[in-house]
Amino acid sequence: MSNHSHAHAGADEHPLVGHLVPLWILFATATVLLVLTIITVAVRYVDLGEANIYIAIGIAGVKATLVGLYFMHLKWDRPFNQLTLVGSIAFVVLLIWFTMLDSKQYEPQLIRGNPTGVQTELGQKAPDAPIAKQNQLIR
Amino acid sequence: MTTLDATRPLDTRPSADNYLTHSRGVLSWILTLDHKRIGVMYLVSVLASFLLGGVFALLVRTKLLFPGEVSWMSAEAYNHFFTLHGAVMVFLVIIPSIPAALGNFVLPIMLGAKDVAFPRLNLASYWLWLLGATCVVLSLLMGSFDTGWTFYTPYSTTTRFGGVVPVVTGAFILGFSSIFTGMNFIVTVHKLRPPGMTWFRMPLFLWALYSTALIQILATPVLAITLSLLAVERIFHIGIFDPAWGGDPVLFQHFFWFYSHPAVYIMIVPGMGIISEIISVHAHRHIFGYRFIAFSSIAIAFFSFLVWGHHMYTSGQSGLMNVVFSAITFSVAIPSAIKVFNWLATLYKGSISLTTPMLYALAFLFLFTIGGLTGLYLGTLNTDIHLHDTYFVVAHFHYVMMGSALIAMIGGMHHWWPKMTGRMYSEFWGRIGCTLVFIGFNLTFFTQFMLGSQGMPRRYYSYDQLPGMAEAFKTYHHISTGGSYIMALGFVITAIYLIHSLYRGKPAPANPWGGRSLEWQCPSPPPHDNFKVTPRVGDCYDFSVVRWDEASNGYIVDRSLDPELNPNAPKRKGHH
Amino acid sequence: MTAIDSHSTPHDDHAHDGGHGHSEYPFLAHHFETPAQQFDSGKLGMWVFLATEVLFFGALFAMYTLMRAKEPEVFSFASNYLDTIMGGINTCVLILSSLTMALAVHFAQRSKKGPLVVCLLLTFLGACGFLVIKYFEYTHKFDANLKWGPAFYQPVVENGKPLGAPEAALVTESTPAAATAGSPLTVNPLIGKPLPAEASSIKRAAMGPSGLASEDAMHAHDAHGHAATGDHDLAMKTHVYNAQMPVNTHRFFGIYYCMTGLHGIHVVIGMFLIGWITLRSIRGDFNSKYYTPVDLVGLYWHIVDLIWIFLFPLFYLIH
Ligand SMILES: [Cu+2]
Repeated sequence: MSNHSHAHAGADEHPLVGHLVPLWILFATATVLLVLTIITVAVRYVDLGEANIYIAIGIAGVKATLVGLYFMHLKWDRPFNQLTLVGSIAFVVLLIWFTMLDSKQYEPQLIRGNPTGVQTELGQKAPDAPIAKQNQLIR
Repeated sequence: MTTLDATRPLDTRPSADNYLTHSRGVLSWILTLDHKRIGVMYLVSVLASFLLGGVFALLVRTKLLFPGEVSWMSAEAYNHFFTLHGAVMVFLVIIPSIPAALGNFVLPIMLGAKDVAFPRLNLASYWLWLLGATCVVLSLLMGSFDTGWTFYTPYSTTTRFGGVVPVVTGAFILGFSSIFTGMNFIVTVHKLRPPGMTWFRMPLFLWALYSTALIQILATPVLAITLSLLAVERIFHIGIFDPAWGGDPVLFQHFFWFYSHPAVYIMIVPGMGIISEIISVHAHRHIFGYRFIAFSSIAIAFFSFLVWGHHMYTSGQSGLMNVVFSAITFSVAIPSAIKVFNWLATLYKGSISLTTPMLYALAFLFLFTIGGLTGLYLGTLNTDIHLHDTYFVVAHFHYVMMGSALIAMIGGMHHWWPKMTGRMYSEFWGRIGCTLVFIGFNLTFFTQFMLGSQGMPRRYYSYDQLPGMAEAFKTYHHISTGGSYIMALGFVITAIYLIHSLYRGKPAPANPWGGRSLEWQCPSPPPHDNFKVTPRVGDCYDFSVVRWDEASNGYIVDRSLDPELNPNAPKRKGHH
Repeated sequence: MTAIDSHSTPHDDHAHDGGHGHSEYPFLAHHFETPAQQFDSGKLGMWVFLATEVLFFGALFAMYTLMRAKEPEVFSFASNYLDTIMGGINTCVLILSSLTMALAVHFAQRSKKGPLVVCLLLTFLGACGFLVIKYFEYTHKFDANLKWGPAFYQPVVENGKPLGAPEAALVTESTPAAATAGSPLTVNPLIGKPLPAEASSIKRAAMGPSGLASEDAMHAHDAHGHAATGDHDLAMKTHVYNAQMPVNTHRFFGIYYCMTGLHGIHVVIGMFLIGWITLRSIRGDFNSKYYTPVDLVGLYWHIVDLIWIFLFPLFYLIH
């Protein structure tokens, strides 16, 4: 672990542990991330209906992957560390998936209109507001 | 290389310099980074909370001796008491009891490591526990809370008692305490295993703690955020859980049980790990089906995330999800049953020592079987509609959480008591205490199965108005309350002889029971650094190398007999 | 496999001083054997912690998904009140600060103290910039009472009058459209004319950008000459009286503040962490042999960035 031999790339220039990511990869990653940000903002002003949200999420997914792989060194990291991130996301998906399944099922039974708290609030503060007429009870 | 043989016996001579005497003074404890001291502090704190929660329980049970109103406890006070009992027992006692108290003490020693991977985080975990406990006490001063330990919305967001926000803050902090312990254990098991200890060489307690840590890591954050949102909803009415502001109370239950069902396994899985240790050590027999037990811990951890909706059959959850959750719930029975059968097979033809830890382990087998099987009734949709929110549920989860998790914890405490304190407790009084607890427990909670199946709802202050049933319920409640007093007596006796042993107990040998894993190969109490050099390990369930040593009045592990450590060891049959 | 405990052999003779050649690595904690073991442990620990962060925010994302699936019209309506440009700038600020953080790790790995400190300071600046922009976004909304729960329905009062409140002549129930549509919500008081019936029905998801309520309201003001300047501001401040506002719009802002607020808290924590390792870098603690804290804080900072990468489109880029 001593540093002599090379004047330029001595032992001090190389990490004892971990992976050294070349500078150009870091800059390239940041550039791609910025370009994707501009693209995703631009797409917002184009009306593609339902597709808009999926494109936005897709671009976000690509950006997140880039951050994970290159900024967070996951590309060169231990498999278990990679699994930790992917696994935790899988559990989030599980949570969203099951709760969504359920809420879609009971959604038709829900009563629409202003909830009681909102209605009371509106009655006191802004009885003239059009939204104040959207009482659950009126329907 | 002459004396550095892996077969050389490890130094087990008691030493004046151990972890208890290594440094002195209060500060040396509260600022310690030693996992053993942190474990002991956790143990003391958890037991103090257990006393508190137990007193609440006895108050509730005593009230139920009387069917109607009583002058000394209003219905309101009753609600506070059962809520406090639940919250204290779940968040302050059972969740940290085995991993943070016993696990902290034992896990690094079992690994032959000097400490957990992150000692500072470990201490932070303990301090967070204290802070969380302070919040719970604070909530008592700020009006207490009567929501039940489940904090269901919209009641919890609207109840006039002001203790809700402090107590959920406390639970939030306790959650992070639990997460830090889990982080520590995962990393320690991954990175600090000693030479020779592959994953499938780990003592099963470590598998259990590892599985528990996985659940702690993956489930607890969801509870933390849910409780934060509950507090935010209560203060700001953001419209998340409270229907009066457009929120969805069913969603709260989804989030709450996404944590709280796996939390049941945070409580029980480490208990199962202890039982694996106690049964094999005190039956002096190689654990049967090692891999099955190890994998079933992981399987339980995984399945526990898929069944949370079985708490919500009557809460407005849709029919589709009711069916899905009910179906998956049955799958959890499989790994649990695998464990029970393997323990029974280990006992079969073992030379069983009926020590106090073993008695607790046998009690566990009995109580866990009842608790597990009655869980199937509750996981079945149509029976649950009848049994939901009755005393049947109360009885079921007490069989699992107290009869199993806590009994295992107390069994483990006895198992490692000589190691932790360096003293032997009274075996006679230990058996008496265990017997009283076992009898008292069954009297208390088995009657509650009857109460529940006949329709006695849980959390009721009075039952004199229930048509035609008041008399029958009264009898059951009397038996149940009587049982709780017997159980309390058992615990008081246990506390007395354990405290007595600290001052008058015989000095404990390094290996009083004939254990094989590494914690029995270091002195009692262990030195500050556990092992001077990281020892190489063999099969930690191979008891054929353990023999009685008259000189130290305990067992010793003869490492020269271990074929793992010594290829020249005499071949014996029955071991691979 | 050998009978010799090769592991303990080289260390045994100086085991009494907690040996393992620790003197060569002053940073090595006593319970680790090698720098690699210590580094790997720290890294795994951080990743496990990040997993808890993912679950922590994951529940909020789950909540978002459910709310949006239930009331898409709320989200398409309310997201117009958010400032896409400011959000976009903030995204870029965070990405750049992530870059400087990654560079900091790179320079720490190469024992380059000067660039390391500069990169950490730049990262810190990025965090400050993010929070400053966030502060302006929040105060802008607070001025317009675009808040959570009850506060959302509190009309903004200027000159003693609720801003945007309808004139007495515009009382809505008497209009014929109300009777035919079966819903009282058929007149936009700001426009003063009946709306198409479907515009007031509950399902508004299909309206798309043409239904941008705030912009409609803005134009209406032009027509009436009520407000020549600050139209968007006025639309924000008069949201209570906007006839196109769907029910439960306050929930959007509730979850907006929850999610961005929690993210903001993480940014603040990140600033403390970055400040701490900056001081340690100035002190010269880090070099190619030991840079674990820089690496771990870096991981934390990247996950903060990563979460924002999802928050940005979910709140600012929907319609
Ligand atoms: Cu459950």
